[in-house]
Amino acid sequence: MTLAAFGTVTLLACLLAPLVGSTSISLARVFDRSIPFADNTDAQVFFVARLPRVLAAALVGAGFSLSGVVFQALLRNPLAAPDTLGVSAGASLGAMLVLTAHADFTLFGVSVVPLATFAGALGALAIVFVLALAKGRGTSSTVLLLAGIAISALLSAAGRFIQYLSDVTGTFRTVQWLMGSLDVGSYAPILASLVPFGLACIGFATLPRILDLISLGEDAAEARGVDVVRAERVALVSASLSTGAAVSLGGPVLFVGIIVPHIVRRLVGADHRLVLPASALFGAALLIVCDLIARTIIAPVEMPVGIITAIIGGPFFLWLLFRGR
Amino acid sequence: MLQATNVSFAYRHGAKALDDVSVAIPRGSIVGLIGPNGSGKTTLVRLLNGTLTPSRGSVSLDDVPLSTRSRRDLARRIAVVPQETHVTFDFSALDIVLMGRYAHLGAFALEGPDDMAIARRALAATGTDALAPRQFATLSGGEKQRVVIAGALAQSSDILLLDEPTTALDVGFQFEIASLLTRLNRDHGTTMVVSTHDLNLAAMLCTELVLLKAGRVVAHGATRSVLTSENVRRLYGVEADVTFHPRAGHLTVVPLARTE
Repeated sequence: MTLAAFGTVTLLACLLAPLVGSTSISLARVFDRSIPFADNTDAQVFFVARLPRVLAAALVGAGFSLSGVVFQALLRNPLAAPDTLGVSAGASLGAMLVLTAHADFTLFGVSVVPLATFAGALGALAIVFVLALAKGRGTSSTVLLLAGIAISALLSAAGRFIQYLSDVTGTFRTVQWLMGSLDVGSYAPILASLVPFGLACIGFATLPRILDLISLGEDAAEARGVDVVRAERVALVSASLSTGAAVSLGGPVLFVGIIVPHIVRRLVGADHRLVLPASALFGAALLIVCDLIARTIIAPVEMPVGIITAIIGGPFFLWLLFRGR
Repeated sequence: MLQATNVSFAYRHGAKALDDVSVAIPRGSIVGLIGPNGSGKTTLVRLLNGTLTPSRGSVSLDDVPLSTRSRRDLARRIAVVPQETHVTFDFSALDIVLMGRYAHLGAFALEGPDDMAIARRALAATGTDALAPRQFATLSGGEKQRVVIAGALAQSSDILLLDEPTTALDVGFQFEIASLLTRLNRDHGTTMVVSTHDLNLAAMLCTELVLLKAGRVVAHGATRSVLTSENVRRLYGVEADVTFHPRAGHLTVVPLARTE
């Protein structure tokens, strides 16, 4: 499968998903310029109610998938992902602190939530690495993953404590958000998270061949000319930015960062020059479809998308665990 | 010339792995590093490659310290063949060889026809052309090692550092790799440093030997003059016959008994 095929699938998902919902609308009427926007309810439903949610799903799916690809290559471990390394939990805690303290103000016209999620993601990752490096255990992927799981549990507990202390409205807001909800309501949060996501993409663009080489081992990569320390810094900051952007929009949507890179590698091979962009596109399309299921399966009630990804991702994760035995 | 001058190195929380070691690797030579486990062979290979930095002393290439050279610059001059290569994802043998071209490409450049031609030549030189499309993980130990050597050749460097390149291989593959290295040195003038436990391989392959024990150089010189029964006893605590084998055309070492 080529990148063009992945691009087509994602574009079709972006275009067709907003057509599906409790109110049926026609694509022809949506783009009918002869009807003024104020009178065109189909266009209003498409552009105002549904497209922001679909675009949020695309960005969240792409963000988690890109981070997953980078963590798996960097740690040379198929189970490495924002979820298992505690990065999602750190980003979530950052967002919860801002939301429950009612401190979600804008800075230079941009919401501080993505900034808080990035700080949380990077902070969690730093703690995990410091723990793994302590007493000379080295950054073996097993130690990192174990430290990640422990930190993830601790940060989740801290999040639940904050939830416990907040009022009923705050609790409902954070519970819904923690389940992974893409009901962003407008384009503003998407635009805010595009800043960290764009910066992350610049970092990712420098990495494909380096990730190929690092997957042979750090010494092998260095011997072939990679400045591994610098590359790791770029990769970890970019993956934190990407996870932060995704969490700020959709909450900690589980398993996307684990399952998408595996599916994509089966389709396009191991070359990260293909795996990175294809994962971004496939992750976007997958989360759009998952969200479509989430908002239609028990309509008119809309389910948080995190429940759907967990239902798909849980068995997939177990399959990954047992396949290696 | 690749040169280590009075280098010492200790791993974190560990004893000194190397202590005041000086080694010069002349252009076009094959220098063997031999010594018992923990003698510092691998550490010396990593220092010579610049992946480790000495705590004392310096390593230089053509009188320029490695520490002042970029990783890309070093990779264009020095290639490394490790004992084993584990690949996380399903790369083909050709992918592995093409990765050797990284140091010659710009940050966003893709491998061009010239790089592909160099990779194909490296595969041919190691007799692995037919393996090019196969998944690296599915190859045998000997095939993997030949592909990794092809990747090192694709780096177009003039120095090859090999860390126990035949340890995991059976005697057939050991002989095959040794013949390949001899051919590369003879035909391309590639300078080599080979760390090995196999004294007969060292005798067959190397023009010079550096004998290491407990992180220090015990002897250094032409293979015929330093590969002696006395030095084998000093290094390994083993009584051995070291004789010239007329059919093989090199010294052979037959261990007889433990002396310590």
